[in-house]
Amino acid sequence: MISVSLRGLLGRKLRAALTGIAIVLGVAMISGTYILTDTIDRAFTTLFTESYAGTDAVVTGRGLDISIDGESPPNPPVDASLLDTVRGVEGVALATGTVLDERNTKILTAEGKAVSSEGAPTFGFGIDTAPELDQFNPLNVLEGRWPASADEVVIDVGTADDQGYSVGDMVEISTLQPKRSFELVGVAQYGSLDSLGNASFAVFTIPAAQELLDRQGQYDAISVAANEGIAEDELVAAIEPVLPDTAKVVSATAEAEDQVDEVNEFTAIFRYFLLVFAGIALFVGAFVIFNTFSITVAQRTREFATLRTIGASRRQILGSVILESLVIGFAASLIGLGLGVLLAEGIEGLFRALGVELPTADRVFAMRTVIVALVVGVGITLAAGLFPAIRATRVPPIAAVREGATLPKSRFAPFVPWVAGIAVLVALVVLARAMFTDELGTADRLLSIAAGVLLLFLGIAMLSSHVVRPLAAVSSPIGRWAAFAFAVLFWPLWLLPYWLMRYGAWGPGSAARRVGAFVGGALLNPLVALVVLVMWLRRAVTSWVPEWPAEFPGVVPDRVAARTGGENACRNPSRTAATAAALMIGIALVAFIATLTNGMKVSNREAIEEQIAADYVVTSLDGYTPFVAAAGDALAASAVPELVTSVRSDGGLVDGNSAEIGGIEPDAIAEAYVFDWREGDESLLATLGTTKAVVSSNYAEDHDVAIGDEVTIRSTADRTAKVTVVGTFEPPPFYPLLESVNVSRELFDSLYDRPRNRWTWANVAGEPDDGDRARMEQAIAGFPDTQLETREEWIEREDADFNQFISFLYVMLTLAVFVSIFGMINTLVLSVYERTREIGMLRAIGMTRRQVRRMIRQESIITALIGAAVGLPLGIFLAALVNRALAEYDIRFAIPWVQLVVLTIVAIVIGILAAIMPARRAARLDPLRAIAYE
Amino acid sequence: MNGNGDGPVVVAADVARRYGQGETAVDALRGVSVEIERARLTAVMGPSGSGKSTLMHILAGLDKPTSGTVAVAGTEITTLGDNELTKLRRRHIGFVFQFFNLLPMLNARENITLPLTISGEKPEDGWVDKIVGDVGLSDRLSHRPSELSGGQQQRVAIARALVSKPTVLFADEPTGNLDSTTGNEILELLRRSVDDYGQTMVMVTHDARAAAMAHRVLFLADGQIVRELGECNAHRILEVLEEIAA
Repeated sequence: MISVSLRGLLGRKLRAALTGIAIVLGVAMISGTYILTDTIDRAFTTLFTESYAGTDAVVTGRGLDISIDGESPPNPPVDASLLDTVRGVEGVALATGTVLDERNTKILTAEGKAVSSEGAPTFGFGIDTAPELDQFNPLNVLEGRWPASADEVVIDVGTADDQGYSVGDMVEISTLQPKRSFELVGVAQYGSLDSLGNASFAVFTIPAAQELLDRQGQYDAISVAANEGIAEDELVAAIEPVLPDTAKVVSATAEAEDQVDEVNEFTAIFRYFLLVFAGIALFVGAFVIFNTFSITVAQRTREFATLRTIGASRRQILGSVILESLVIGFAASLIGLGLGVLLAEGIEGLFRALGVELPTADRVFAMRTVIVALVVGVGITLAAGLFPAIRATRVPPIAAVREGATLPKSRFAPFVPWVAGIAVLVALVVLARAMFTDELGTADRLLSIAAGVLLLFLGIAMLSSHVVRPLAAVSSPIGRWAAFAFAVLFWPLWLLPYWLMRYGAWGPGSAARRVGAFVGGALLNPLVALVVLVMWLRRAVTSWVPEWPAEFPGVVPDRVAARTGGENACRNPSRTAATAAALMIGIALVAFIATLTNGMKVSNREAIEEQIAADYVVTSLDGYTPFVAAAGDALAASAVPELVTSVRSDGGLVDGNSAEIGGIEPDAIAEAYVFDWREGDESLLATLGTTKAVVSSNYAEDHDVAIGDEVTIRSTADRTAKVTVVGTFEPPPFYPLLESVNVSRELFDSLYDRPRNRWTWANVAGEPDDGDRARMEQAIAGFPDTQLETREEWIEREDADFNQFISFLYVMLTLAVFVSIFGMINTLVLSVYERTREIGMLRAIGMTRRQVRRMIRQESIITALIGAAVGLPLGIFLAALVNRALAEYDIRFAIPWVQLVVLTIVAIVIGILAAIMPARRAARLDPLRAIAYE
Repeated sequence: MNGNGDGPVVVAADVARRYGQGETAVDALRGVSVEIERARLTAVMGPSGSGKSTLMHILAGLDKPTSGTVAVAGTEITTLGDNELTKLRRRHIGFVFQFFNLLPMLNARENITLPLTISGEKPEDGWVDKIVGDVGLSDRLSHRPSELSGGQQQRVAIARALVSKPTVLFADEPTGNLDSTTGNEILELLRRSVDDYGQTMVMVTHDARAAAMAHRVLFLADGQIVRELGECNAHRILEVLEEIAA
């Protein structure tokens, strides 16, 4: 029996393959995700363990326990004299001090701009490279040597390669001091890692680093190695007593683990994010599989009945169908697993295209990846194939002697609408609970949303067979004319080579471009000629009367063919619905994201426009990390703008809670920033002094702070100040430009050692003009990490950044849409197969091949349009729901009409594309054989 | 061959079958009683709509009568559950269909041994080869059904029905989809298997020449057995058919 089942599978290779693809893509996504994130994890674990390979304990300053968005500021430095103290401790064999700054060292490009790190650290090291201290050094110099004097530097190999710097070149680097030129004396890598992602580093001598990074007489860390036979813990215990209160010592193992944990936390989020898309693809795949199996089982009714008559039991039928799904699932999962390796590269490439370089090491292919991929892939195939398998057992033996036997209706068929209705209701309740219950944890909330959406999709899919008829009636003319429009629009593509050649011969433009166009055109030309020739030959050989003069593009809506196609779509509503449902999910999710993010974009723009009154905005190159405060001062000193005001920003503790602290200029801020006061007014600003603060209304509510309350601010430099809250303002929650707790710049600068600006705003007299702008850019030219933009440019860029992220989401969702396309192809192929006789009959009574193709295409387009018709409103509905749940961020609800129209067109194109292969197969059928076919 | 004693292999008593309900109800069979004798070829004839196919389906356990009883090899089958029926089919019943009903992805040999594969039995030594030789397929065994002619396909189907040595073999219009020469060969093959192996066989047909091969011919009209003939020629059968129709 097993061999019978397997032979059956072999006999339907195409179907099995098309079915398998649905799983292959999803599993590939899973395995790719794991491979990628495991590799990143491995890279960092290697990095940290290698860094501490020769170290037993690390002494650092004692930092505050601050955590903002999961990130903690680096530990403060310790006094350099501590090194000698540590060296004197019994049991210490070796110790060295290091300077390490994570964000102020920017290597410049040849054009004088900072190499963009997209928020990744830009390390500046001061390392004692004496040979006897080599065991502490996490870096390996690949070429050249370590710096020996203050004007020499070693940089990381990644940056050196990207920028084309080689040993001996002069490289400009900006630090906390104005930018300076250094001689590149070597390139190095971190441990054995090829790439640190976007992060870069520059290594100076210790005195140079201390000066450049403003740490005179200080080290950021002291690495200690113990004498032989002394354990890490003993060493820590020995050092602890000699340290002042401001310093602490931890074992190297603990330190490495801490850092590994921190990174793992990040990759875990990344992993789940990617797995969500894998899940979506698999969910869509489950629909495709369910549908394919259902159709195949229906078509094999006769076969199952025959098996029953010659003695097969229900259990054997069930087993054989399940075995088929098992084999397909297993094979597809294996292929997907392998494809995952490629996909990991693909995702990495996608991130690189977005400017995010991921750290790399050798690909990690963990056993866990294999197991998860196989279990999930096989599990989903089995689950999706189970219901059709059960239906196969319902085939009565007598079906073997009936002509055109159809699958008996499932016993549960009458209940399906009820079940579907209940599923939708339950889904809505679950969604509502997830959205509107306040005390739910984030994980619970997300799980509920996921479960609700899943259930909603299932319910809608079950119900959608009831809307196929009306929707098809509406879709039919749309599909008909859409196919026509499509053909008319794309027909001229045939002429492309001639255009190109004409342009090459007579067109304007550079010689290179013209030659390129001509050659390209000439190359394309024979290709087109070949296609035309083949088409003509086929016509000639098969002696079909050419019909094209009458119906030039070949898809002019044709009553008979299109109507038959439309009616075919209605013939088996549940099949059409299930096929459309696969596409519906993809379209719904795209519509969901389009609608939600459109609202965010509108809110973003509004938030910015409401708050900013300045003509110009200075930010760091990436737009969000704070930059050197001196840049703002330089702009002010240029005296070009009428007014310059900077907003300082850094993390700190306010009454013991982590918070972002802002430093504003009381006399100027109101000219550039529009406060929306809740309590108090602009006149308060003048009174801030060093004892008062204004806080955002959100902060005041969350932390129960009222006007007149005194709060204690503690900076990362461990200085404290008591301030009285005198006013609250209400920034747009979607994008507040100011921090939640704002003090005067005077107080801020006294709290922090190296204050940094989040914004510098400038107003010019009269209208902004290019001359002003050039002079202002000149003024900040010494700060290569900064950029100056007009208010409009800045808003545009914020939009563009956002669009990039949305594009990324779209690309990831494409996978699910892809799966549904294969589902459509599959259904059409099966339908054609099933209707072999009917198509033969239509051909026999005079339907041309062209009309047969058109008929299949029409059916496909209608299916796709039904998917769009159900998916679009569903996506918008989900967006509205989530929008409502995110009410505290005050996101606008704005329907992106353009995107939705585009999406509908995409659906039609998908329909046209999916029909290509099945339509050709149908048209190829020989009418005689089709009729004789049994 | 299988079964108990020498009595009839299939016994149907007062079988009625009604399709549909209320005013549109159709009575396909109205009280048919019949006994199928061992090692004989019984033909069931009748005009279209006479109920001959329904009778065969009920005798073979493919359909259930609205009333009446059917016993196959001594077992009352109208009350059997699906599992028992499956077991009964394995041991006692073979089928030959009008449209052959071969599995397209299996070759001739695999199709023939399929009933054994399904029931998990080992083919008896030499038995498969003997059948294959008798139906004349020795050199076609590795061919798929699509590579065989209609007659060859029906031979495969007959071999498949014989391989499990069923107590009774039901043939449903076995020549209905074949030309007359091939049809005759198939009929002779069926008759030979009755004569040589002692195979009990019930054949539904509306072809008088086919019925002329039978030991016994039952005539159905309007859901009842109206006439019965012993061995006779096609001419006589056509006469009876005309009498019935009149």
